[in-house]
Amino acid sequence: MRVMAQMGMVMNLDKCIGCHTCSVTCKQAWTNRAGTEYVWFNNVETRPGQGYPRRYEDQEKWQGGWELNKRGKLVLKAGGRVKKLLGIFASPVQPELKDYYEPWTYDYKTLVDAPLGDDFPVARPKSLITGEDTKITWSANWDDDLGGSTEYGHLDPIVEKVRRESEDKIKFAYEQTFMFYLPRICEHCLNPSCMASCPSGAIYKRVEDGIVLVDQDKCRGWRQCVTGCPYKKIYFNHKTGKAEKCTFCYPRVEVGLPTVCSETCVGRLRYLGLFLYDADAVTAAASVTDPQELYDAQMDVLLDPNDPAVQAEARAEGIPEDWIDAARRSPVYALAKVYKVALPLHPEYRTMPMVWYVPPLSPVVDLLRDQGHDGEDAGNLFGAIDALRIPVEYLAELFTAGDADRVTAVLKKLAAMRSYMRGISMGNDPDDSIPEAVGMDGQTMYEMYRLMAIAKYEERYVIPKAHVEQAHDLEEMGCSLDFDGGPGMQDSSPFGEASGKPVPVAVETFNALRDRQTSGSAPGETTLRGRVNLLNWDGTGAPDGLFPEKPLPVKPPPVKPGGPAETAPAGGQP
Amino acid sequence: MNPSPEDTAVPAITALDILLWGALPYVMMVVLVGGLVWRYKYDQFGWTTRSSQLYESRLLRIASPLFHFGLLAVIAGHFFGLVIPMAWTQAVGMSQEFYHLNALLVGGVAGVGTLGGILLLIYRRRTTGPVFMATTKNDKTMYVVLTAAIVFGLWTTLASVFEGEHGHNYRETVAPWFRSLFIFQPDIAAMAAAPFSFHLHTLVGMALFVIWPFTRLVHAFTAPLHYLFRPYIVYRSRDRDRDRDRDRTGSRAGASPARTSGTAARRGWSAVGTRDRDTRNR
Repeated sequence: MRVMAQMGMVMNLDKCIGCHTCSVTCKQAWTNRAGTEYVWFNNVETRPGQGYPRRYEDQEKWQGGWELNKRGKLVLKAGGRVKKLLGIFASPVQPELKDYYEPWTYDYKTLVDAPLGDDFPVARPKSLITGEDTKITWSANWDDDLGGSTEYGHLDPIVEKVRRESEDKIKFAYEQTFMFYLPRICEHCLNPSCMASCPSGAIYKRVEDGIVLVDQDKCRGWRQCVTGCPYKKIYFNHKTGKAEKCTFCYPRVEVGLPTVCSETCVGRLRYLGLFLYDADAVTAAASVTDPQELYDAQMDVLLDPNDPAVQAEARAEGIPEDWIDAARRSPVYALAKVYKVALPLHPEYRTMPMVWYVPPLSPVVDLLRDQGHDGEDAGNLFGAIDALRIPVEYLAELFTAGDADRVTAVLKKLAAMRSYMRGISMGNDPDDSIPEAVGMDGQTMYEMYRLMAIAKYEERYVIPKAHVEQAHDLEEMGCSLDFDGGPGMQDSSPFGEASGKPVPVAVETFNALRDRQTSGSAPGETTLRGRVNLLNWDGTGAPDGLFPEKPLPVKPPPVKPGGPAETAPAGGQP
Repeated sequence: MNPSPEDTAVPAITALDILLWGALPYVMMVVLVGGLVWRYKYDQFGWTTRSSQLYESRLLRIASPLFHFGLLAVIAGHFFGLVIPMAWTQAVGMSQEFYHLNALLVGGVAGVGTLGGILLLIYRRRTTGPVFMATTKNDKTMYVVLTAAIVFGLWTTLASVFEGEHGHNYRETVAPWFRSLFIFQPDIAAMAAAPFSFHLHTLVGMALFVIWPFTRLVHAFTAPLHYLFRPYIVYRSRDRDRDRDRDRTGSRAGASPARTSGTAARRGWSAVGTRDRDTRNR
């Protein structure tokens, strides 16, 4: 046994309202840069739907993840090492921009610059790739809320599969039956196929917390990881020529803060915590023959943090005491293994994903309510779960490699919790037959209710900090003093702004501060390469770029009443 | 030095010959090696293929393998022609005619493939909007030199086809000069005796190597052959890597010395004690 710690996430899909706040805040924090316009470390998909990039779950086409070869050995679906190297000059299976979408902006300037006339000025869409006028045909959530399902619905690979297997020609009854949202980030897998696909060895898993990262210095842009990841959560930055992926907000997690997507989640549906797992058992677990048994195998890899033997092993591996304690209080462990209501996304890819999902009961409840039944009565709910095969089978394809019984069991637990707690809040005596019907006792069910429904901040996020005695080694502080040329050298980028080592913020700030104190003029273009550092702006003068450029003083156009012309582009559009 | 029999027939070595074939190769080597070391040290982040497959892959899927595999064959051909002495191939019974025919056939096919590949790549780069947008001045310069090197190289090959039996045997001029460079006794006279086409190809080739470290071509020097041998799953610990290089983006400092002692010299991609997984997956 080799105990390792892994940060994990659970998302309770019943609570997701599809507001995309997680996606937006994530994008603001991480991918708000040139080259990553199309990159969504976090995206929210409406299911049934094609997902992002389109039809990424069709592994017959995209060749992501692992499979077992004829001898039962775990191999990359896209091929072994030699095959990968031979295909390196033009990656054989790689999504193109058209499988994502062509990012765009709008020509906002015409809204304020257009001469007075009878027609309303229009901000035309401009491609961020070519700079030309473009026609918007798709985006990261084009089929949001089943928009266009009658046109595109059948393209969902899971719809295809469920239809094929059930063999009855379901006219697109899905949109009348159910719909739910699926927020997705990198799965930070225990057996990551992106990592195994990387020819350079640039993708690595952190020993301490299992977060999977791309070493931006070591990445050479061979793009095999994009093929390798079955969730298509590795993106190619087309400006820097490097792969980028969700970082699990490691700078935040290191200091005990939840990830940006979790922190800003309106529905508070995300849980963060530690798993302890047996690293030596991962390969064997991922090699289980029957895909439907992968879930059980994955469960067996997760170790019980309350087991003294596991704790002793963890200590022997050098896992700090407070981390072991955090693992015992871990909400993700509780949801995944104690209550067994959280399921992994597509276990059949054999990557051992570590972002888990509580499948949504709401489609069932909504349907009962719409039909005039009591949607919180245990009997009604149990009956409906059994009767409503379509959502259950769909969920099973997502979370249990098609094992509908497993999904049914989880949904029944959720139904039982709802029904049991309704009885209590109505002032009735707790009906212990309800939890017993799903193999739980009243006490456990109440604890599960507290974690899932009350969901206090400190119970949702149990994130042990990186250790204080090693804090000087954390990201910025560790390298700023060692940074080549330290405080002093700047601008070492003969190959343009995307080359050279990134200047640590501390060094940049030091230089900007020194320049400001010694130069006597306002900080400008030269020190920060055209960017504005507001932290260093002391209010004297206006650095270049602080305000948009003023229009050339030719003929003053007819001034429209009201509205500051200079700042209108950002706020003036409908 | 090793004067070859033809020496009497060629004019005396001029100062220009000494400069071009005696000094320039070493200048080229210094710039190439120094440039590579410098770039590896200071610009790992810029060291990438800068692939444009995301924008367009239909043409790339044909052109890029054609060019790259052609180029690999061309490099192998250069190795045979320049490094292996003529005496060796004759010793194993390979006649001059057979060698030449082989060199012309294989070299010609590889060269035409490479040229076709790069022309198709340039066509793609020029006509596909997003790809052209992503093309820097640096790239354009590189394309000119690279294409010139291939064209002139192909010219030397084709020229010898038309000259037939009386063609120039570069294995008596260019090749000895090439080998003599490595023992720091450049056989300038031998190289000076080669025809103009070879001179031109060599000069452009040297220009290509001079700009190599400073263009996107550097990706060739990190061809990921170690992928064949590394473990599939890569673990890294900030603690362990701390001594090796401090400024790598990496992991949290949370492990105790028990996990890290005695492993400071390991490579970043080496496994941390999960040997069974690695050996089984290899």
